[in-house]
Amino acid sequence: MLDTARRIATPEGIELTLRLAGPVPRALAWGIDLLIRGVILGFIAYTAAALKQSGMAIILLSAFLIEWLYPAWFEATRGATPGKRAIGLIVLNDDGTPVRWPAAMTRNLLRAADFLPTMYLAGFVAMVMNRDFKRLGDLAANTLVVYREQKLVPLAIPKAEPRAPGFALSITEQRAILDFAARSPGLTPERAEELAEIPQTLTKGTAPGKAAARLIGIANYLMGRT
Amino acid sequence: MKQAAFEQHYAADWHSFEQWLDSNDKQVGKKKSVPTVTLADREIPRAYRHVCQLLAIARERQYSPDLIDRLNRLALRGHHLLYGARGGRAVPLLEFLSAGFPRLVRAERRLVAAAVVLFAGPLLVLIAVLSATPDFIHYFVDPAGLARFQEMYDPGNPRLGMRQADDNLMMFAFYIWNNVKIGFQTFATGVLLGIGSVYFLIFNGAQIGAVAGYFSGANFTEPFWSFVSGHSAMELTAIMLSGAAGLKMGTSLIAPGRRSRKAALMEAARPAVRMMYGAALMFVIAAFIEGFWSPLTLFPAATKYTVGIIMWILVIGYFLFAGRRNAA
Repeated sequence: MLDTARRIATPEGIELTLRLAGPVPRALAWGIDLLIRGVILGFIAYTAAALKQSGMAIILLSAFLIEWLYPAWFEATRGATPGKRAIGLIVLNDDGTPVRWPAAMTRNLLRAADFLPTMYLAGFVAMVMNRDFKRLGDLAANTLVVYREQKLVPLAIPKAEPRAPGFALSITEQRAILDFAARSPGLTPERAEELAEIPQTLTKGTAPGKAAARLIGIANYLMGRT
Repeated sequence: MKQAAFEQHYAADWHSFEQWLDSNDKQVGKKKSVPTVTLADREIPRAYRHVCQLLAIARERQYSPDLIDRLNRLALRGHHLLYGARGGRAVPLLEFLSAGFPRLVRAERRLVAAAVVLFAGPLLVLIAVLSATPDFIHYFVDPAGLARFQEMYDPGNPRLGMRQADDNLMMFAFYIWNNVKIGFQTFATGVLLGIGSVYFLIFNGAQIGAVAGYFSGANFTEPFWSFVSGHSAMELTAIMLSGAAGLKMGTSLIAPGRRSRKAALMEAARPAVRMMYGAALMFVIAAFIEGFWSPLTLFPAATKYTVGIIMWILVIGYFLFAGRRNAA
């Protein structure tokens, strides 16, 4: 159902599902990081200004360190820069393991190439040209930027008499019904009815106006409620 | 087995695993009160495999998505924590400097040679051309930049290569900020089929060569060359190695051999980045020399030339001979 899901096989013989982050959330994260870096550097510049020329030396050295080591340090030790963390992203190796220094350094050194010719155009072109949204640095370092797993919020499905669907449903079909049931309280009854009539094999033969209730009943069954 | 029965039977297993995860995950641990851990660390691999197995079963039997998501999340967190400790052996700095770095450079001798030609070629040609016809400098440097250079290398300047108001420490920081950036750029743009590295090598070689040729004429000769001789070995070698590291990535894409281009790039990036660590260190040493030794007018030019030549011998000797013993 989700085309940005990436499955990784583990040595335990199972597949874990990661959700890849596209250009927009990553650009937002970058923007937040830029702001944080600007504030840090501004603060250093403000305090170091009193030292005249040595102050200038401190500013230049911090500018260098912040530009090149800020992202690599955070990614190698925390998995994500503060900007990525705020957006809910994390950098992982291709096999789903956390990144370490070599990969973090590689992907961040190659920012210089991704940035070209301006504003990460090369990185953007690279991202949309492969299915994992990898910019050049990610390709060289073999890393992925994915969404951090959120705390699961249980689907709030209205209670109803559970009802078996009558035949086996695939996992995607089950998901669609559960999502529908969870969203149904926010829909107008007419729209809910309209949507519920689409899976005809499930809602065929229901009294007019009862299709949505039928699907919610099936959702209750799928939730394991009795 | 029905899902309800499955959950009832195994819930305790994954709850204890989740508790262990919560108590070991830095992020969660800080916020919440740490729950009492019932599992010992040594039982974790088994518990993790058990959760993986439950996930596989839940998927196979098509239990509810809710349950599968929950197990997937648990397995994922376990995977992060258990495999997080894995990593390459950290090479001690001393070993890298005494053997690893020069060996790496020797292993890539063909790319290093290419980078030397691309950089030193234009450099030497332009030194020859511009010392004969200094007016060509206007093709390379704008008037404001030229005036700055002329102030820097004014024979009456008590500290070479700097303007009156500049401070040694500040210049040191400036050289790091500026030169390492140039090095990183030369390296990183190599990933674009090597084109960026080739461009930056030629461009910087031409730029430096033009300025050097221009100042070789007239009465600037001595201040200019006695300024640059000390740090030239470190700085120019570092630029060339950055270029070679970039070419390493570029050539892996052009001629990947029997691998996919992606795999070839990944494989090439590792030694290339290691070479870049060495080059960055050389830039820092060069910046130190350039900031504190090169501007001195305390010593006669002959002394500074000698130091420059010794530095070149040391750098070349280092890359030729260091780490030869015990080479595998």
